[in-house]
Amino acid sequence: MSNDDGIRQTEEQKKRQRKRSLAIGLAIAGLVLLFYVITLVKMGPGVLNRPL
Amino acid sequence: MSLADYQDRRLDAAAHGGQGDVGDYLALLKPRVMSLVIFTALVGLLIAPGGIHPVLGAVAILCIAVGAGASGALNMWYDADIDAIMSRTARRPIPAGKVTPEEALAFGLTLSAFSVLVLGLAVNWLSAGLLAFTIFFYAVVYTMWLKRSTPQNIVIGGAAGAFPPMIGWAAVTGTVTVESIVLFLIIFMWTPPHFWALSLFKRGDYEAARVPMLPVVAGEDATRTQILVYSVLLAPIGVAPALLGFASMAYGAAAAVLGAVFVWYALRVYARREGDAARKAAVRLFAFSLVYLFLVFALLLADSIAARLIAGGWL
Repeated sequence: MSNDDGIRQTEEQKKRQRKRSLAIGLAIAGLVLLFYVITLVKMGPGVLNRPL
Repeated sequence: MSLADYQDRRLDAAAHGGQGDVGDYLALLKPRVMSLVIFTALVGLLIAPGGIHPVLGAVAILCIAVGAGASGALNMWYDADIDAIMSRTARRPIPAGKVTPEEALAFGLTLSAFSVLVLGLAVNWLSAGLLAFTIFFYAVVYTMWLKRSTPQNIVIGGAAGAFPPMIGWAAVTGTVTVESIVLFLIIFMWTPPHFWALSLFKRGDYEAARVPMLPVVAGEDATRTQILVYSVLLAPIGVAPALLGFASMAYGAAAAVLGAVFVWYALRVYARREGDAARKAAVRLFAFSLVYLFLVFALLLADSIAARLIAGGWL
């Protein structure tokens, strides 16, 4: 395949893509943490279980 | 591949997305609207009787916020054509060419699904169902149907913005009660005078975009009358929490004063119909309407906290 084939991103586009990838990664990590904490609260030994 | 072909493919790539910054995606969530949603939902959650685990309460607020943001993204996906025409919305990510409509649609649908599922799994399915209905109501009933077809668009569509405190309440209690319906009604009756005041001084925008807002379809005088009618109806509903016994009489007195000021601003809009004075009256009502809603909910929260402190022997 020659270098002319496919879509070439500019440096700015690459930078934005990196930022978007980072944001998606953080969001997924946040979800993992969220599900972990929800599981602890709902199914854990009740140490965190107190009314607001 | 010729240079022309290459440039075509470059342009094609731009049209097919992948251009947006993280900030553009955050803008799709309508952060300013979201802040009002978070605040009213939080008040609904905190003044509801009973308790919820603080972590689950935070999860509920997060889900409501993300759900509201998702419906904002779906609204921007569908309304990109008219957003491009109106000065207030022309710099939104889709008309500005930063995000494609398809990207906004996918973003909105993904966040909608996640927010509803997480709220249902973590808190309860009634609040999740209400959140799903709110997103549907805003994206489909208001944006796709009412907004472009009737001058009553924001009256009925306003229900979408009125649901968050009811969802917050349902997250704690698992039910819909008279109290949460009153919280709903406060925002529901507040929405028409709020948006019609805006549409009085942004009428040209709506006209250009052919959105049938009341001043465009029925005229400014009819709009002023409607603003006054809804303001007069809103004032007693603002006091209703005290009359129904889930807020103190001190709250009731403060809400009555706020309601009276709201009606006074609406009367000024009604009386001043020409030139700069008319415009200023509409701008002032719009600005006060935001203060009114914030203060009513802040007072409800303060009142509830004070009542709990007194009941607990702290005051």
